[in-house]
Amino acid sequence: MTLYTSRVVVPGQRSQAWKRTAVNILYAVGLPFLLLVLWGIWATVSPEKFFPGPLVIAEAFIDTWVGPAFFVDVLPSMGRLALGIILSIAIGVIAGTLIGLTRWLRELLEPLLEFFRAIPPPVLIPIVMLLMGITDAMKVAVIVFGAVWPVLLNTIDGVRATDSVMTETARSFALTRGERLRYLVLPSASPRIMAGVRQTMSVALILMVISEMFASSSGLGYRIVYFQRNYLIAEMWSGIVLLGLIGILLAAIFSIVEKRVLRWYHGIKEVERA
Amino acid sequence: MADHRALKANPRRASRSQRTLRKVLLGTTGILGFLVIWQLIPTLGIISPQYLPYATETLARMASEFRDLEFWRNVGRTMTAWAIGLLIATVAATVLGTLIGLVPFLRRATHTTVEFLRPIPSVALIPLAVLVFGIQLQAALVIIVFASFWQVFVQVLYGVADVDAVARDTARSFGLTRAERVRFLILPTTLPYLMTGLRLAAAVALILAITAEMVIGTPGLGREIVFYQAAGDWVGVYSLVIVTGLLGLVINLAFRFVERRSLAWHQSVRGEEVL
Repeated sequence: MTLYTSRVVVPGQRSQAWKRTAVNILYAVGLPFLLLVLWGIWATVSPEKFFPGPLVIAEAFIDTWVGPAFFVDVLPSMGRLALGIILSIAIGVIAGTLIGLTRWLRELLEPLLEFFRAIPPPVLIPIVMLLMGITDAMKVAVIVFGAVWPVLLNTIDGVRATDSVMTETARSFALTRGERLRYLVLPSASPRIMAGVRQTMSVALILMVISEMFASSSGLGYRIVYFQRNYLIAEMWSGIVLLGLIGILLAAIFSIVEKRVLRWYHGIKEVERA
Repeated sequence: MADHRALKANPRRASRSQRTLRKVLLGTTGILGFLVIWQLIPTLGIISPQYLPYATETLARMASEFRDLEFWRNVGRTMTAWAIGLLIATVAATVLGTLIGLVPFLRRATHTTVEFLRPIPSVALIPLAVLVFGIQLQAALVIIVFASFWQVFVQVLYGVADVDAVARDTARSFGLTRAERVRFLILPTTLPYLMTGLRLAAAVALILAITAEMVIGTPGLGREIVFYQAAGDWVGVYSLVIVTGLLGLVINLAFRFVERRSLAWHQSVRGEEVL
């Protein structure tokens, strides 16, 4: 039992609204800013070879990545990453739905899938390299081979967990197979699928970097290792920062898509919690 | 809803052993089928046996690896890096997660920093780790800890935030001290989240342990794969890939078992057993 008290809502005065936004912004940027300043001071007071200050890195970032390198190294990597993620999701959802809906197929494949998921994806790089040669297709294949499992297994679980009362209702309303899939099975599995997609995206990013560190003469992963081997420390840091930014970009895209796809789901959760 | 389930449960129980049997049979068929297809692909010449060795050959190689002491040393090295990394990450994440989760000010202040740091792929730190530590265990540990830390940390944050408002108020009105609240209220609420985080972190830590060995070159199974690859010993590569898969499988199963055991009292686990 909660004691309900309600605050009297006074029509917000403009100055107060501004104040609240200012406090929010302060909270949001306060710590990162503080950390950067501390880092900067530390780097100037006791300069260490491997830890240049943030200003040096920012300069190196602009010098290294803004310009032709962006089109030669960054864009192709991002393209492969995007293609790998899209293929993983498509294959995972289609195969997962099929396997989840067919019981004998599921029981047939379950131990195998558990095993394949457990293989640490980077060890597949030598094998895919052997089978496909060092090509763009190989790098995409590495990404797909490693990143498809979270979506696939989560789709199987999600499809299986469709509420049986709803399935029976759909049957008695004579929904066709396609309609059941479109309006019942996939939506009810979508929270699980999205949880899988989130994992898939981070695995895909890792694999993109490693496959380029391993076998490439261009791309982000290659560049970063190249900088490290040539002791271009600030440039190497700028590469790390760029990878971080890509990770953040992916996470942001994911959260926007998730909010749209799962709007109904978050709505239900909120009602349940209240 | 509950009645509906109880009614259904009885006839089901009779056929439960039958269903398990069916599952085991089908599962075994699946694995055998996979091995047969694998054997057939090079036999029929779809892929040259040079690139895809026969299944029998690979399994025989695995058996001979199992008799090799050096192989077990490498497994030991990989698992040591994995265990140390996971332990550091778990302890740090649990302590920090509880602390930050309990103090609203810290929570608000660290939110953006966490959201910025978390998506950074841990492999991006490999060059830095190599520069600072060289080809040593510490370099691998940096990567492993960074990757698995966030898995546990975020789950602990969620868990601490999930404390039931009624339970919290009750604890307050019964005058529980802070330590008691942590022990009897926050810990039980957080435990399922912590366990989920731990399971995820264990899998991630293995991936990164082997990745670090492959890319950095610290001794272990990952480095062995790269050595075999460089030597063109593809049977060895395939057999070690299978070994890493089995290792991952064992870790998954073990952590799922621990999760169920330690949460036997919890609704989510009890609920599953009724079904």
